[in-house]
Amino acid sequence: MLDQSAKRELPPRPGIGYKPQHFSNILQDAEPVKWLEIHAENYMGDGGRPLAQLRHLAERFPISVHGVGLSIGGEGPLNRDHLARLKHLCDWLDPASFSEHLAWSTHGAEFLNDLLPLPYTPETLSRVVDHIDEVQDHVGRRMLLENPSVYVNFTETNMGEIEFLTEIAKRTGCGLLLDVNNVYVSCTNRQTNPYDYIDRFPHNLVGEIHLGGHDEDTDDMGAPLLIDAHGSEVVDPVWQLYAHTITKSGPKPTLIEWDNDVPDWPVLAEEANRAARILDKVIA
Amino acid sequence: MSHSMKTLAVAGSLAAALSAHFVTPAAAQDDKEKCFGVALAGQNDCAAGPGTTCAGTSKVDYQGNAWKLVPAGTCATMELPDGRMGALEALDRDLPQG
Amino acid sequence: MSQTEFRAALLDPERPVPAGLTDPQGRPAGRRFDVYRNNVTVSLTEALRQAFPVIRKLVGEEFFTAMAREHVRAHPPTSPMMMHYGRNMPVFLENFPPVQHLGYLPDIARLELALRESYHATDAAPVPAEALQALSADVLTASRLMLAPSIRLIRSRWPIHAIWSANMRGTDAPKAAVAEDVLIARPDYDPEPHCLPDGAAPFIAALIGGETVADALEAGPEFDLIAMLGLLLATRAIVEITPGDKT
Repeated sequence: MLDQSAKRELPPRPGIGYKPQHFSNILQDAEPVKWLEIHAENYMGDGGRPLAQLRHLAERFPISVHGVGLSIGGEGPLNRDHLARLKHLCDWLDPASFSEHLAWSTHGAEFLNDLLPLPYTPETLSRVVDHIDEVQDHVGRRMLLENPSVYVNFTETNMGEIEFLTEIAKRTGCGLLLDVNNVYVSCTNRQTNPYDYIDRFPHNLVGEIHLGGHDEDTDDMGAPLLIDAHGSEVVDPVWQLYAHTITKSGPKPTLIEWDNDVPDWPVLAEEANRAARILDKVIA
Repeated sequence: MSHSMKTLAVAGSLAAALSAHFVTPAAAQDDKEKCFGVALAGQNDCAAGPGTTCAGTSKVDYQGNAWKLVPAGTCATMELPDGRMGALEALDRDLPQG
Repeated sequence: MSQTEFRAALLDPERPVPAGLTDPQGRPAGRRFDVYRNNVTVSLTEALRQAFPVIRKLVGEEFFTAMAREHVRAHPPTSPMMMHYGRNMPVFLENFPPVQHLGYLPDIARLELALRESYHATDAAPVPAEALQALSADVLTASRLMLAPSIRLIRSRWPIHAIWSANMRGTDAPKAAVAEDVLIARPDYDPEPHCLPDGAAPFIAALIGGETVADALEAGPEFDLIAMLGLLLATRAIVEITPGDKT
């Protein structure tokens, strides 16, 4: 196991979704970035440069392991091989945080590589609770569960998303990862008020905040349809919603996610600076 | 004993034989420096984008017989195993008929 | 609505959007569902684009993208580790009618898959060159050489190294459709394909299979063993020497 004793917690400062092309920038001068997040699946190989880079980064920064492939919302059982790989990675890295999504991506033997939505009902709740219990037992650490970006409503749904997430946290002891961009995207798509969502969210359970860019489109009726694309800057309305969020919750570790058309380091550092300025204002 | 093994035996040692072939790598880098090289992009991400473009909804497919595309990249010209010469574009006649 | 129903419509645009998915007013989801269809197809196509840069150059971007969509529908991933997605590509290419005249494509795909496997393979410290140099000829012949986990051997009846190199390194395109065997070695973290001389591939395959050097030399026609050992040392490919019984 790597020595992570000084880096056991994510600080309530800006972090960034790590991309290998920024390795040298980060080692030279990462300011104002204080921690890094990796997608677990990209570090489940047996060796080579990805794990070597991660070893060097983990010596300097707290690391958050963010899974994107566990399919916690899936109808079928969790993939045991994948759980074992996740445990192996977490045992080796001893990350400051471990999180996954309220979504499904595996069906039968197939992995569909997208965060697919599920209806919110007592039945799906109990399935997700069972899966999170299994993950936390198996990996041996508490996880954070992230609120999704959604594009459709389910007629089956008979619980609110916040009620659903809060009940899961209560039954499993897991924490929550609040993606403020996802709140903005989902509320716009559902035609509900994102400020109302933030005001009702259980901020005491939040261990981490995500911010990212989205695309704008329209549905068949011409209504706005926002898409969580992670390929651009965080937009002003999301920054404002973020400021409102941490004014309510206090400072939280805040991640900038940028997965597609990844820019040069200075662009990401400026996004992190913007988060840092908002965090500073709240502290003051 | 193979020819090269005989050579080896005459040379008396691998050290002598290999010295002509083996160039010692340049001064070893530390591991961090090795990490700076080209990294293959990670494949698992949280978001795919971009929007509702038609990639996922296009019904033009091979099964539907709407396939009109032909490969149009870098075309190596090479002698084929049967001795003919040709650029790859010229090989349409090899396609199954019908 | 079951996830089976959701999944069936996801990869088949001919199917209607599953009932039970709506917009906020309760109208059918329509384009809203297409976001998921698109995410799946685009993300898996992108994974294939990154995995097969040479195939992409050989057939062109437009053709590759259309072909990748066919591949995605025929062979969705079976593991959440996208770094290994595309293992069915060689077989897919062997059977995809529009590329039947490009006989070398499946082996190029095998080469590209092997490079990626090598990139992610377990690290292993090489033996120092001196350890091999110190052996006498007959001790060497009786020894077994364990090669690194990142070593891959691809044998082809096509000039796959020359085609790979022309597309990735800008070297001249091959003039003749000669057979080429490729050894992939990863001295540190960067896998590199090396074109093997005639006769060397059976030797390497036999070493990988755990044969002694003497037995491996019997596996195929003669080649320059000293040059081959030089390549294995230079690429830090030998990770263990197990001396034979013979002294």
